[in-house]
Amino acid sequence: MAASAGRPSRLRLWLRGLLGGHARALVGALGRLYRAPLPSLLTAGVIGIALALPTGFLLLLSNVGTLAGGWEGGPRISVFIHKDIRAERYTALADELRRDGEIAETTLITPEQALAEFRNGSGFDDALALLEDNPLPAVIVVQPRPELAPEQIEALAERLRGLKEAELVQLDRAWIQRLHTLMELLRRGIWVVAGLLAVAVVLVVGNTIRLDFLSRREEIVIVKLLGGTDAFIRRPFLYEGLWYGVGGALLAAVLVEAARLLLAGPAQELAALYGSGFSLGGLGLSGFCNLLFIGAALGLLGSWLAVGRHLASIEPR
Amino acid sequence: MIRFENVSKRYPNGFEALHGVTLSIGQGEMVFVTGHSGAGKSTLLRLIPLLERPTSGQVLVAKTNLARFTRRRIPQLRRRIGMIFQDFRLLYDRSVFDNVALPLVIDGLPHAEIQRRVRAALDKVGLLAKEQAYPVTLSGGEQQRVGIARAVVSRPPILIADEPTGNLDPGLSEEIMRLFQDFNRVGVTVVIASHDLDLIGRLGHRVLTLEKGRLIDDWPGRNG
Repeated sequence: MAASAGRPSRLRLWLRGLLGGHARALVGALGRLYRAPLPSLLTAGVIGIALALPTGFLLLLSNVGTLAGGWEGGPRISVFIHKDIRAERYTALADELRRDGEIAETTLITPEQALAEFRNGSGFDDALALLEDNPLPAVIVVQPRPELAPEQIEALAERLRGLKEAELVQLDRAWIQRLHTLMELLRRGIWVVAGLLAVAVVLVVGNTIRLDFLSRREEIVIVKLLGGTDAFIRRPFLYEGLWYGVGGALLAAVLVEAARLLLAGPAQELAALYGSGFSLGGLGLSGFCNLLFIGAALGLLGSWLAVGRHLASIEPR
Repeated sequence: MIRFENVSKRYPNGFEALHGVTLSIGQGEMVFVTGHSGAGKSTLLRLIPLLERPTSGQVLVAKTNLARFTRRRIPQLRRRIGMIFQDFRLLYDRSVFDNVALPLVIDGLPHAEIQRRVRAALDKVGLLAKEQAYPVTLSGGEQQRVGIARAVVSRPPILIADEPTGNLDPGLSEEIMRLFQDFNRVGVTVVIASHDLDLIGRLGHRVLTLEKGRLIDDWPGRNG
């Protein structure tokens, strides 16, 4: 009876002891950092800046992506119609093309629509009023089927060039492609920098923990004498590294958000000038959680490496 | 409880601290190890909690050969051995309570249990009133009593003390030794290294004498 009742309660006791030990180490590590606020803040600050830089750049890039997304939706082919083609003909042509197997959609922009749009967008209102007749041609915007390969799109454009109604056929793809290639290049560049800065965070945390570890040599010796396991000795340092990482990530979030607020006003004004309702997006909850997670993981890794290297070198004499 | 079988210890610098020592200490015994400085007293004691490993021969504690304890398992051994040092080895940035609680914290005991046991241990050494004090504010004798409370708080079956009274005056020394006798009376095996022959003689326990690393005398004590 006593034995059967004793086993689970011992397990629970052990579990409670383990959890209690972790809670103690967690809070204890925070307390140690709090007792030396300036060095702790400096370390967290370095980590914060190292994390804020790539975070900020990635955020900027994702904003540019959103902005470019407005023009996305695959390449488009603009077919400019000869001036002397009559309206009935090009309307019919737009319908014919829509039925083409390689074409997903066509949009007809009549000279009147083009003029109206130009008037609204450009501010050349007065100058345009001076013109006697509309100088703008009709345009059929052709959207190729999304499954077409670039060469097939090229071939389609070539076929459209053969139409006798077409004065000029333009494939509006090059600049979007260039933008995307450029953005991809930038993204890679930022990831390389982010990787280097992550290494820097690990080294900063590692060095801070190393100094702290070595300065507590006597305490570690005594704990080893009393039968403390490596895990027990390592635990408070791991939590210290965790706190550094989390603190740095919080600081990075604040820095990025502050930068965004500083830039949000001008960005919106600029977007308004281009007739766009675009506004700078922030980190969001998931971005914030990712940042926090990455900070914590780097902090843990740094302290793990630092403590692991020195744990065996400190032995009771 | 503790057996040495033909144990030798040679340090890397070539100094031979122990030479072919064979001895046996029974459960619940109280034994003094004596000899001149450099005779090997400290080395003998340090082999028991694996602060050193013998160069040859075997050390057994509670019938377990210590050679079987890998580095990772040493903590298990040390938790069953209370250690007391000449220089006390206290944490000077922690209160008396925290110092004594450390072995229990390492063991992962619940908070309430820790409080109960630390108070009991401090009461035993007569320092209950000083639990919130810091070690630097205490006298040498008091600091050593904190060290003893820390060694016994987890109720280990073995206590080893290396010159526990080396830094204390005679009156305090006797007081400390009486404390060890109290623990021995409740069944704890106690091994003390000391060169205070006068005091050892008065207490009348078994005495092992070392000279140049060899066991040259084993006096069974007045009752043995």
